[in-house]
Amino acid sequence: MSDDRLAALRAEVRAWLSEHLAGRFEPLRWRGHAGDGDALPELRKEWERELAGGGWTCPGWPAEWGGRGLSVAEQVAFQEEYARAGGPGRIGHIGEGLIGPTLIEFGTPAQQQRFLPAIRAGTEFWCQGYSEPQAGSDLANVRTRARREDATGDWLVHGQKVWTSLAHLSDWIFVLARSEEGSTGRHGLIFLLLALDQPGIEIRPIRQIGGGAEFNSVFFDGARARAEHVVGAAGEGWRIATALLGFERGISTLGQQMAFAQELDLVCRIARENGAARSPELRQRIARAWAGLRAMRYLAMRALCDDASREGRLARLGYKYHWSNWHRDLGRLAMDVLGPDGNVVDGDPRRERLRRLFLFSRADTIYGGTSEIQLNLIAEQGLGMPREPRGDRS
Amino acid sequence: MMDLQLTDDQRLIRQQAARLLADRAGPQQLRQTVAAATGFDAALWRTVARQLGWCAMTIAERHGGLGLSLTELSLVVEAAGERLAPLPLWSTACAAAPLLSAVATEEARAAILPRIAAGEIAATVAWGDLGAADPLAATPVTAVPANGGYLLDGLVTQVVDAEAADLVLVPARLAQGLALFALERGAGHETRQIETLDATRQIGALEMRGLRLSADARLDADGFTPRAAASAIATANLGLAAEQVGAARAVMDLTLAYVGERVQFGRVIASFQAVKHRCARLEVDLAEARAMVLGAAANFANAEDDERLLEARAARALASDLLFRAAEESIQLHGGVGFTWEYDPHLYLKRAQAVSALLGSADRHLEAIAEHLLAEACHER
Repeated sequence: MSDDRLAALRAEVRAWLSEHLAGRFEPLRWRGHAGDGDALPELRKEWERELAGGGWTCPGWPAEWGGRGLSVAEQVAFQEEYARAGGPGRIGHIGEGLIGPTLIEFGTPAQQQRFLPAIRAGTEFWCQGYSEPQAGSDLANVRTRARREDATGDWLVHGQKVWTSLAHLSDWIFVLARSEEGSTGRHGLIFLLLALDQPGIEIRPIRQIGGGAEFNSVFFDGARARAEHVVGAAGEGWRIATALLGFERGISTLGQQMAFAQELDLVCRIARENGAARSPELRQRIARAWAGLRAMRYLAMRALCDDASREGRLARLGYKYHWSNWHRDLGRLAMDVLGPDGNVVDGDPRRERLRRLFLFSRADTIYGGTSEIQLNLIAEQGLGMPREPRGDRS
Repeated sequence: MMDLQLTDDQRLIRQQAARLLADRAGPQQLRQTVAAATGFDAALWRTVARQLGWCAMTIAERHGGLGLSLTELSLVVEAAGERLAPLPLWSTACAAAPLLSAVATEEARAAILPRIAAGEIAATVAWGDLGAADPLAATPVTAVPANGGYLLDGLVTQVVDAEAADLVLVPARLAQGLALFALERGAGHETRQIETLDATRQIGALEMRGLRLSADARLDADGFTPRAAASAIATANLGLAAEQVGAARAVMDLTLAYVGERVQFGRVIASFQAVKHRCARLEVDLAEARAMVLGAAANFANAEDDERLLEARAARALASDLLFRAAEESIQLHGGVGFTWEYDPHLYLKRAQAVSALLGSADRHLEAIAEHLLAEACHER
């Protein structure tokens, strides 16, 4: 990828966003990100269609499915420009980044025809049905049951999923369920696609520590997945479910870092205004945050390289632990810089933003693999240390 | 997006350096260095400087160098750091050569850099304030013009590799600012080796009492400011950070090997989560510091002096903390034997502490970064 082509792509994205992220979409700038994910949902759905119209949904997908086939470097450039312009949190992210690539890889032609165009067009939205009350870090402990209905070949689902982000705004859910009675662990699982709008599915929002409700409990009571909506075969659920997680290569993280930089910038500005910048201790922490963010940028670039060396592997394995802890520390630093003002809830938008950061960053070290699980993975997969004991299950 | 993937050539340089040093600067040789208290292995130095061109990496081809980037230099310095190799490599390649490039006249550069590139000489810098984040802000050395030459006076209490160096670059205060002088071996100055906590790196005192130098010993044209030397200070810090990251890798590997063998309660202690998590956290910090070092090295050619210095400071702050904690954890996780002279972790702890003070401790570098972030309008970065 030549620098010239990348620069041209960046210019194209910037120009498109400045023209389209305006007018009625103007209120969306900076909104809808983690901690603010339930903001302005209808307008954000319209924004997805606006993006689709410009050809900016699914830019990493192959042309066959309406994508631009962008390289990793080009996708990073797109994400960075999107974040720089204050592009809103993407309701279409799960479809575009997770289930779409999974269907391109493992789906039947009929599944691809049925689902990919609507994801690309921004007309159908997806959520992820993995975690359950008894299956958090231990995902293989899922208990949601799927039973085949002999007459139709459809699968009937009973059970509960939890922490399902944006389920209340979504049309479809992909579900990891147990299709083999009496099976345990990674065996006997099935990967199903279900329409959310049907009897037998109930979605209840979960109120978070920040007051908002981005995620939900989803209850299944005989909900139906049609026979042709199994991805892979019954029994292959674990393989599909983990492959899906592998599609999240962290390309969006460089865009995320743009938002981090803006947050740090806001912390610096407030520190200068309110005198916190005179505190030697806060100065050290602010500088440390800057150093950590710079390193995070280079760490992400390394993690995105196809580097099979031990260092390359460790950079990839360590990335989530690094950014999530950095971000959580920034949240606390932001509140410490605010001082007593941090406790005042008066609608001041800058304080609101930092308070959201403080609260939501508590989730960063939990979702997508807790810090403790990340450390296990680093130790076991990166350093070859002995595996954790696994109870009585295979 | 900058491509941070190492090229095949860069990997090869790194592997060859590691292999050579495993053979020539292994644990046995390290113990001999410590016992001899010289902090210098002349034979190894001849190999890496003359035959392998480690000091030629970043020197321009017109000056007899290889014209490579800071990435290649960082990789060999990192490899030297792993072994605590007693070489004046950092002094010569990361301090003296860059300082010449930053402030010496083209004539002086053309005279000296080819000798460094060819490995004919080891060189060092008598930084005025070795412990400061801005090591040129103050200097105890004064120069006065005399009989067409100069008279130098002053005592620099700590100069890295002072004895090993064939050439000492001395920043000195002249009426109109700083000037840079070359002290060739036998120029009439005195060096005295100092016994140090970290016996793997040589430190000496440099004394000049009315030392008479000819006019051509002065290397700059008409004085320079510390700011003009910013890229040299950045390179020197980046080099130390690379060395610290290498040393951290090595001491962490000692720890991993030990906890993988030591059995208590019928299990290797590496199977305890308390041990695993501590090792894993260090790995995250190592990945962070190493990414910062190699990222800053790759970005160096495109960056302005301010950014170079900020990134080098960030690398130093991260690497200093990393190495200290890696060495501290190594002793802790080795248990009782970690406290013995026989096991190696203490060598790394001593290096960690000694090197953390060179060219500014982590907190001084952070303060310099804070000054930049908080003094003026914060730019979008």
